[in-house]
Amino acid sequence: MNLFQLLNGVTFAALLFIVASGFTLIFGLLRIVNLAHGALYLLGGYFGYSIASWSGSFALGIVGAMAGIALFGILLEGGLLRFVRGHELRQVLLTVGVAFVINDMALVIWGGDSFTVPVPDTLMGAVQIGPVFYPKYRVFVFGAGVAVFLLLWLLMNKTRLGVMIRAGVDDAEMVEACGINIRRIYLWTFLLGAALAGLGGVIGGAYLSLYPTADAEILVFSLAVVIIGGRGSLPGAAIGALMVGLLNSVGQVMFPELAYFVIFGPMAALLAFRPLGLFGKSV
Amino acid sequence: MDRRTFLKTTAAAVGGAGLGLAPTRGALAQAQTIKIGLLAPLTGVIAAGGKEVVEGFQFYFEQNGAEIAGRKIEVIVEDDASNPDTALQKARRLVEQSNVNFLVGNILANTGLAVANYVKGTGTPYFIPVIAADDLTQRQRIPHVIRIAGYSASQNSRPFADWAYKQGYRKVATISQDYTFGHEQCGGFAQTFTELGGTIVQQFWHPLNTSDFSPYLGQLASLGVDAVFAMETGADATRFAKQFASFGLRGRLPILAAQNMTDQSVIRTLGPEAEGLVSAAHFCEGSKDPATVKFVADYEKKFGILPSIYGFSHYSGAMWLAESIKKIGGKIEDRELFLKTVRELELTGSPLGKTVKLDAYGNPIYDIFIRKVEKRADGKLWNVPVTTYPGVSQFWKYDPETYMKQPAYSRDFQGIKKG
Amino acid sequence: MSSVLSSAVRRSSPRATFAWLAGTLALLAILPAYLPTYHVSVLTQILIFGVFAMSIDILAGYAGRTSLGHGAIFGTATYVVLYFVSTSGMPLYFAIPLAVLAATLVAAVFAVLAIRTTGVYFLLLTLALGMIVWGICLRWSVVTGGENGIRGDVRPAVIGDSRSFYYVTLICCTALTYAMVRFINSPFGLTLSGIRDSAGRMRSLGYDVSMHLFIGFVMSGFFAGLAGALYAMFNNFVSPSTVALTQSVTGLLMAIVGGVGTLFGALIGSFVMITLENFVSYYTQRWPTVLGLVFIFTMIFAPAGVLGTIRALRARRGN
Repeated sequence: MNLFQLLNGVTFAALLFIVASGFTLIFGLLRIVNLAHGALYLLGGYFGYSIASWSGSFALGIVGAMAGIALFGILLEGGLLRFVRGHELRQVLLTVGVAFVINDMALVIWGGDSFTVPVPDTLMGAVQIGPVFYPKYRVFVFGAGVAVFLLLWLLMNKTRLGVMIRAGVDDAEMVEACGINIRRIYLWTFLLGAALAGLGGVIGGAYLSLYPTADAEILVFSLAVVIIGGRGSLPGAAIGALMVGLLNSVGQVMFPELAYFVIFGPMAALLAFRPLGLFGKSV
Repeated sequence: MDRRTFLKTTAAAVGGAGLGLAPTRGALAQAQTIKIGLLAPLTGVIAAGGKEVVEGFQFYFEQNGAEIAGRKIEVIVEDDASNPDTALQKARRLVEQSNVNFLVGNILANTGLAVANYVKGTGTPYFIPVIAADDLTQRQRIPHVIRIAGYSASQNSRPFADWAYKQGYRKVATISQDYTFGHEQCGGFAQTFTELGGTIVQQFWHPLNTSDFSPYLGQLASLGVDAVFAMETGADATRFAKQFASFGLRGRLPILAAQNMTDQSVIRTLGPEAEGLVSAAHFCEGSKDPATVKFVADYEKKFGILPSIYGFSHYSGAMWLAESIKKIGGKIEDRELFLKTVRELELTGSPLGKTVKLDAYGNPIYDIFIRKVEKRADGKLWNVPVTTYPGVSQFWKYDPETYMKQPAYSRDFQGIKKG
Repeated sequence: MSSVLSSAVRRSSPRATFAWLAGTLALLAILPAYLPTYHVSVLTQILIFGVFAMSIDILAGYAGRTSLGHGAIFGTATYVVLYFVSTSGMPLYFAIPLAVLAATLVAAVFAVLAIRTTGVYFLLLTLALGMIVWGICLRWSVVTGGENGIRGDVRPAVIGDSRSFYYVTLICCTALTYAMVRFINSPFGLTLSGIRDSAGRMRSLGYDVSMHLFIGFVMSGFFAGLAGALYAMFNNFVSPSTVALTQSVTGLLMAIVGGVGTLFGALIGSFVMITLENFVSYYTQRWPTVLGLVFIFTMIFAPAGVLGTIRALRARRGN
């Protein structure tokens, strides 16, 4: 593996972390496997594309997409999922239905052409890293991944909300027994997770482009990340994202015919020994 | 879909209630109507193209009236969902339930192959203006599957190789999506180019939906080739063009693009990274031929976009069918006569401005444009002609029977002549 | 964790069930004579997917393990039939057993990896395993034909027309349904249900829980494989979409719409979903939206499915 592939793996991992961290937060606290997470990613990308093209501002695209998808998250949590609270499998399958609807509506609104979110001129072109020229935008993606990790870490460890979320991941009933409104924490967490999907959509949409079925592709990668890392664990998501990103980068070049096996094979093997993933705790 | 057919279907589909209704009822009243089953991917990965298939096909009848030889034309559209299983099911429904006279359409090769396999059993005529799989009009041709207004995958790459050689390129690498359509487009190029004396230095095959081209771009840059033949469609084409530019290769390494890569369906959402790309195709929306200019202007006025290969091919396909039906006075029930007429038709009014006819194997012979992406005055990108190769068939300069003795192009067989 | 979806409701009397079944079977036997060929092929499809959905229900309803990997098991059989018949001209009576064997083996591999987990973890793991199979079918193009899949003339000429093939399918489905009923009502099947309700209790009673789940999964895969082999004859064609996640999702939705843990419900679910798709697509191209709404509606309002809801209502009236 050369430096080039290493960089590719790491930048892809950064994007995966952004998307999967939202997924794992929701999974960890609410026990909801949100299979609409990929659809939220794609929808966020479309929002970002439309806003950034219209306003000419990439930053506005990011903010708009995050806000829009957060709103979607609230609607999804408060409007649909609360009717099936406590039923794990019903929740999962409900989100599958939501994904179908979102993707189909996105097709109606944006058509099926592939779009690329426009990025500012400062992020175009390449920089020299050691012996290789590497696109600036991908360096930015890496930076964004690290920033999201740090911010989430601060949120989880230094704020009251974060403490409550972490406590909720370990034992939701205990938190409720302490007189804390767990419903509100659920809502905030869902909102945060959805916003991260929206952020991922804009960042990914600028270099992986947006098109129908892009949602399923990113979802499958995120699932692998969360399964490897373990439910609700941020460090787990980070390590899982690195593993998946690097395996994907190597697999694509060295075993193109077995590309999926390269990612899911080790995942399945890991699960045979640690069914709950690297950092997963049993309930 | 009229109400009566609908009620019948519903009743029968919902179950026992439909028992009393015989399927043939109403057939007499509709004997005057010619029913065309149009299959198009309106959902799924290639939905944007599917929309243009329907628009292009119906646009012809809107312009020219939906009545031929005293018979009404009814186009029944079904969504194949970019999925062969669905395509098969919808083809069954069109043939066995809606009683269409023939089928047209599909975009993805796998949907077309599935439907072709089905009509092999029913004998229903099936016309494929976009499905380009070589063997459908070569080694595995089915007499009633005809590629009106379409092209076969390797057809346009051959004059392109000739042109590339004349530009002085001697060492070329290819990069392509790893499936039949890619193998065939690359094969056409590689065989002709090496037979002329050029060298194919290396061939890269990547999976469909490759999000990241950087591993390939790195290698392409270091091979020291004169040019790169790139076969990309859809989102891969968009990403390849973008990433090629962002890695600083644009301008340093010429791209010879297979036609889908610079089709309107791709370049209409692209920016400067697509400008200057050269490709080879039978349709060129920036051609100065009056027929093309008129078609493109009408199309743009109606739909607000420049026609892609999907819209153009299905518009021309509709014309081809309409002309054939007219010629036999609407007697479409005589399948043999109808198919013979379609096969022998010389299409004069095509948006290409040239007479188009089929070869003996059911594939059109074209004047192939070498074309270049340029920015129009209003900022839209389009393909303009550089030069043309007249009268190119799917067999190029080979004898058809000899040619078909060589295997179909695949990853392992590219027809490369060793220097 | 017990199965969340299954409905622990009273069953109707054996005699009433028998009357219903005999009536349905008679209807299914007579109907095709009066239906146009397209509807016959839709009915054939309903039966094949009915068997597929029942195989999923064996796991979801009776072992409490919801799988999203069954599409891959089903499609493996379809691929094997098409590959051997069209490339090496193997006779069907060899190809079908081979295909079912292959599907059963895939199920066994899935089972080894997945049976230690429950609930959503089981779901996610089977989903991921299914993705591997899909990825292989898509990429290993020398064998699978890649994106284009494999075409062939699998169905023998004797049953070439839709009606005769329908009757072959009907006979197969009846036999398979009977076999599945016997399976879930056998002591083994009852033990599985016991594991669904409380694995810990069964373990303390001395049952080998892992072994039971393993065999349950493999049996379920065996039935899914048979459905997949029938599908190969039905379509004479296979491509990666046959093993895709959507296939697993569709099968599971059929089982749920009909009623998880009712077995026959899966057939009803198959009937409802396939006729609905046919019906809706006459009106609108927005079938994915309708499908999504069916998912949402079922999960919120009718998680017990058609048959489960009927049984629950009857049970309430009985009290």
